[in-house]
Amino acid sequence: MQVKLKLFASLARYLPDGSERNVARLDIAEGTTIWSLLDAHNVPRGSCHLVLVNGIYQGPEARYNALKEGDELAVWPPVAGG
Amino acid sequence: MGWTGKILRIDLSKGTVKTEPLNMDWADKYLGQRGLASKYLVEEIDPKTDPLGPDNKVIFATGPLTGTCASTGGRYSVITKGPLTGAIACSNSGGYFGAEMKFAGWDMVIVEGAAAKPVYLTIFDDDVQIRDAGDIWGKSVWETDKWIKAAHQDPMIHVATIGVSGENAVLYSCVVNDLHRAAGRSGVGAVLGSKNLKAVAIRGTGGVSVKDPKEFLKATKAGKKVLKDNAVTGQGLPTYGTQVLMNVINEAGAMPTRNGRDVQFESAGDISAEAMAEPRRSDGHPNLLTNQACFGCTIACGRISKIDETHYTVQNKPEYWHASGGLEYEAAWALGSATGVKDLEALTYANFICNEQGLDPISFGATVGAAMELYEDGVITSETTGGIELKFGSAEALTRCVELTGKAEGFGKELGMGSARLTAKYGRPELSMTVKSQEFPAYDPRGIQGMGLTYATSNRGACHLRSYTVASEILGIPEKTDPLATEGKAGLVKAFQDATAAVDSSGLCVFTTFAWTLEDIAPQVDAACKGDWSVEKMLEVGERIWNMERIFNNKAGFTAKDDRLPERLMKDAAKTGPAKGLVATVDKMLPEYYDLRGWTSEGVPTNETLERLAV
Repeated sequence: MQVKLKLFASLARYLPDGSERNVARLDIAEGTTIWSLLDAHNVPRGSCHLVLVNGIYQGPEARYNALKEGDELAVWPPVAGG
Repeated sequence: MGWTGKILRIDLSKGTVKTEPLNMDWADKYLGQRGLASKYLVEEIDPKTDPLGPDNKVIFATGPLTGTCASTGGRYSVITKGPLTGAIACSNSGGYFGAEMKFAGWDMVIVEGAAAKPVYLTIFDDDVQIRDAGDIWGKSVWETDKWIKAAHQDPMIHVATIGVSGENAVLYSCVVNDLHRAAGRSGVGAVLGSKNLKAVAIRGTGGVSVKDPKEFLKATKAGKKVLKDNAVTGQGLPTYGTQVLMNVINEAGAMPTRNGRDVQFESAGDISAEAMAEPRRSDGHPNLLTNQACFGCTIACGRISKIDETHYTVQNKPEYWHASGGLEYEAAWALGSATGVKDLEALTYANFICNEQGLDPISFGATVGAAMELYEDGVITSETTGGIELKFGSAEALTRCVELTGKAEGFGKELGMGSARLTAKYGRPELSMTVKSQEFPAYDPRGIQGMGLTYATSNRGACHLRSYTVASEILGIPEKTDPLATEGKAGLVKAFQDATAAVDSSGLCVFTTFAWTLEDIAPQVDAACKGDWSVEKMLEVGERIWNMERIFNNKAGFTAKDDRLPERLMKDAAKTGPAKGLVATVDKMLPEYYDLRGWTSEGVPTNETLERLAV
């Protein structure tokens, strides 16, 4: 199934080749979880502070949930502004 | 003891300079900077006075930690009655000007009256002079800074000045210091212009004493370690600046776009921190050159950028080819998302002009967004705009508008009124995205409900810096709350408002609070200042300040009816993102907020509250 993986700020280095400006379009297996997708791209779990799926925050427990077709997973290290 | 204990009082009508001791009883109750200067203001002016009349006063104020070795201890504020809002105004700036004021020996400079002809002020330690500004009236911020340093043969002078926009009463003109740091909001620059005061130039050769030097060094060193070890203040902000929020807020569906028609901007990535760091296709260099720190700051979130020399905005204009203040998040949002413009170089140019001519980029960009909607709705035409095709997404229109507004020429004069007056003039007031006539910044309350209450109740008109609940609702600092929920937000907003008022009165930067709590700040204040400065006392001071500001606004004529958001946010649901189908629901939160504040249902502090806080 198709999903988008978006890695921002210092996590952008973990994007696979062929990504366009922080976004990778991926074909993943059914049942792939947030953590398993991030693990597959060597994104350190300790750096994943802000984790959104379709813009909605995913707390630590929700990160073991499976992604669905068309989901957009966006991840940042600790960041702030204002 | 943190404070110098001395203030300057300048009467421009009489041409007099007086010194007086700082009221230490008030310092104990209001700390410094925002709180203490606001106390002086509310005691000395009629709340109903004309903001641009000679009876208004403007105060440049430092905090007790300004000029010390505390991290970020370089802040100062400009306090006055704001012409954009008619409410109390307090605009906070970094750079080096504030510390220099302390080194010259002054906690505050109170300016009253109005000069008969343009003047500027020099404060060289105890030597204070009102000088003729005939040579710099009509000059930009950058030209004025250069002229003053050359005229007095001292490159170490720090200058706070207005641009041409402030001289011409653009209602969101700033006071800019150190070329590109600004006391930005509410039109404080126009107040200087109304007094014929072009600039304040300061050089100080003294220092700042503290109550207990050993304890102060210990407390400030501990504070710096917390900032360094924190991933946000130690790595995120120095590397990416505030602009890292562009993608965050857009993904969260809370990015006000095209004057609030939408809550997500399809081109946010093109104007983000990540885009600023990418090599340009045109010349191979990134827009962002480096970061920069204000006085004493160990975070260094400032952006220094350079525009592509071949870009249409600066072709054959070498005066804009140098490195200068780059885009921060709020500016990038206002100049970009609010107008639908995705050209990063054009936004950087517009930001340069805002610095050069002293414009608040938030209110300017949001006003252009409102004007674009008027244009697209056919309410105004190219005849009105002087030939500008004012369509959403047009970089050319944006950059032409900033040039005109900076100099208050042509259609720029209308844009300089701000969106509330502009849209009212053309019979479409509902298109102004303002509270108390001040444009709201880069967070859509439909997607971050707490920010709706923040904007509605902000004492200086819509503003994110009075209670930055984004930290909790989106970023999880200090703990994560649901941005789409209203439950618990009244208490959250009040807590942020009170704590922020205390920090704004200390001389420290509010960005420290991404890592520090008042548990980190109070020991630094306590070691510097006479008295016992506990966390509890800081919070009480913050709450007292908030109520004092509210009372001033109530006396100025504001009521609970002014604690409301633009109709669009309350009636037109978000079209996309997590907030799809939702509107801002401030009405649900306001009664609880008033109750927590100890105010009546009409938003008036009760006698019991006033007695408790000894306002």
